[in-house]
Amino acid sequence: MASSLPTLPQALPSSSTKTSFSLATFRSPFLRFNGSTSFIPSSISLTSRGTSSMTIIPRAAAEESDSNEALANTTFHGLCYVLKDNIDTDQIIPAGAACTFPSNQQERDEIAAHALSGLPDFHKTRFVEPGENRSKYSIIIGGENFGCGSSREHAPVCLGAAGAKAIVAESYARIFFRNSVATGEVFPLESEVRVCEECKTGDTVTIELGDSGGLLTNHTTGKNYKLKSIGDAGPVIDAGGIFAYARMMGMIPSLA
Amino acid sequence: MAASSVISSSSFLCKSSSSKKDLGISSFPKSSQISIHRCQKKSISRKIVSVMAPQKDRSPGTTGSVKTGMTMTEKILARASEKSLVVPGDNIWVNVDVLMTHDVCGPGAFGIFKREFGDKAKVWDPEKIVVIPDHYIFTADKRANRNVDIMREHCREQNIKYFYDITDLGNFKANPDYKGVCHVALAQEGHCRPGEVLLGTDSHTCTAGAFGQFATGIGNTDAGFVLGTGKILLKVPPTMRFILDGEMPSYLQAKDLILQIIGEISVAGATYKTMEFSGTTIESLSMEERMTLCNMVVEAGGKNGVIPPDATTLNYVENRTSVPFEPVYSDGNASFVADYRFDVSKLEPVVAKPHSPDNRALARECKDVKIDRVYIGSCTGGKTEDFMAAAKLFHAAGKKVKVPTFLVPATQKVWMDVYALPVPGSGGKTCAQIFEEAGCDTPASPSCGACLGGPADTYARLNEPQVCVSTTNRNFPGRMGHKEGQIYLASPYTAAASALTGHVADPREFLQ
Repeated sequence: MASSLPTLPQALPSSSTKTSFSLATFRSPFLRFNGSTSFIPSSISLTSRGTSSMTIIPRAAAEESDSNEALANTTFHGLCYVLKDNIDTDQIIPAGAACTFPSNQQERDEIAAHALSGLPDFHKTRFVEPGENRSKYSIIIGGENFGCGSSREHAPVCLGAAGAKAIVAESYARIFFRNSVATGEVFPLESEVRVCEECKTGDTVTIELGDSGGLLTNHTTGKNYKLKSIGDAGPVIDAGGIFAYARMMGMIPSLA
Repeated sequence: MAASSVISSSSFLCKSSSSKKDLGISSFPKSSQISIHRCQKKSISRKIVSVMAPQKDRSPGTTGSVKTGMTMTEKILARASEKSLVVPGDNIWVNVDVLMTHDVCGPGAFGIFKREFGDKAKVWDPEKIVVIPDHYIFTADKRANRNVDIMREHCREQNIKYFYDITDLGNFKANPDYKGVCHVALAQEGHCRPGEVLLGTDSHTCTAGAFGQFATGIGNTDAGFVLGTGKILLKVPPTMRFILDGEMPSYLQAKDLILQIIGEISVAGATYKTMEFSGTTIESLSMEERMTLCNMVVEAGGKNGVIPPDATTLNYVENRTSVPFEPVYSDGNASFVADYRFDVSKLEPVVAKPHSPDNRALARECKDVKIDRVYIGSCTGGKTEDFMAAAKLFHAAGKKVKVPTFLVPATQKVWMDVYALPVPGSGGKTCAQIFEEAGCDTPASPSCGACLGGPADTYARLNEPQVCVSTTNRNFPGRMGHKEGQIYLASPYTAAASALTGHVADPREFLQ
């Protein structure tokens, strides 16, 4: 791996050399369910790589295709913001800032401005600079029990609204994990080791997701870390969230 | 099994309940084994085995084979999913009995419901939805006020039967429908019933597990789904059992017990799991004390807490509802992922130091910590018995508080009790009289108040970097307002004792 900051295609190993884990069949909710209500909002961008270009396949065509065929691989690339253990929802979004209605774009921007604003002052680097509502960090790295505390969905929403794509933590609090999946705002990924001790805020990292797990590459240090499979949430994310999953299962009718 | 290596404290006995008991059911052993290992050691792959795979349900009773035991939580979820058997790790669609939401998350949940089911959609059952404004009520914050207005509109349009509205913010008593803190109001209004499934858009919905039901917090999106369908996709959690035996010393409260437990297992010790409480101490607890215990299971990461219903439960519930319900109990051969035993008679008053609910210390070890204020309130520590306890200690001490002491009754009912009920042993004085004599602030309008900070004008919000002893549930940085504020979580006894000394204090100084 290159030790300097490579551009994205250079940083990624080619799929032909990949042996340790498969990137083959992560299926994008956009590709399968773009005909129904888009459950994962536009804040999650699924970046394809290599030769598989990001084309929107009509739903019918997607259903006809072999589900094992690689439709797209998911990667996230950017600067990381590093936190430690037990980052609770009050630190992610203080309760006083949670009066907003995140489905309205203006208030979504407001809530983004408050993302991680509850962190104590010893966090010298702000996730979102004062006066702005977007973060330059697209990947958050945490320790254990990320997102503990309240059930407020404003927590994953504010991170997604500020531009975060994925979180890599050792473990999550249950409701935060579920809300992240249900809203599709951020990918809650688990690392096998304590990555938060080995990465620094501002490091350039890439995440590649596959069916059986994923890989986090820190280009600043040149180190790789395995990520766990997203587990039971996989089929729900795969379908495009709880509503799309329920429609697929015939639990609720499709919208006209 | 791994469970025995997890628990090593000398104050506990732990025996591992292995998965052997699951071997009797041939159609499930694989997922059962995996789920049990998964919850014990994270390094096992979490790759899904199946979601909603066709499952052959057969009643164990009809097969003639060994009957498989289930825990209370498993039984509630089995019944709610119309299955004869569920095991931890199963992903099941569960029928919801009650969905609760409040002013902070209700607008979002109804917004998602409309987005997904259409503008003209109707909720699945207007009598099974309970809407309780309680978080940001007595504030001039326009957004906060607007949220209550939005909920009023939704409730009118959807004909929601239980909407505990408030329109006159100047005087809460002018709002006969207004209750206050949702988790306490749910119980007082008869919405908590044994054997049922209660979901709420608030993490402390787990409080209702005190009534022997499955109760847990969900986000807006899941709530929007429930509003339309009355169902939710849940993973059956494995159960940790906490057996508390022994006579409860007079200076201890349920808050001490749960802080003790969280200190032992950590803020992530029960993540994804059920915490089931039983034992002779639990049997002796009142409903409100049981609610305190279950209220804070989320502070250990727990999915839900549960206590077997008994005469205390039935007496409370039957006085408040005419809805039929059916209690369930854990089988003798049910599988538990871990057993913890306490001898409660040997425990001492504890606090959780800043900035984590598992940062446990004995109250007497913190007597050098100077404090700036005391707060008594919230779903955890703002119930009638919490104020009675504080008043009892103030009366026994006969002293004045040395720091500002803020009192926020959880609900209108609690507020009335504070002003009406005589405190035992005080010669007929009410809590309010005793609080006034002790120099406390006048009990404020019922709401969640400053427990979670809230808008800047919230009563008793921590606006300065002060040290507060509080009967609330969380003490993460910034929880009650100021990021550099320090919160010591404590029982009402310990909070009252601390108010009298101006330091964190052991209530035994005043209660012997």
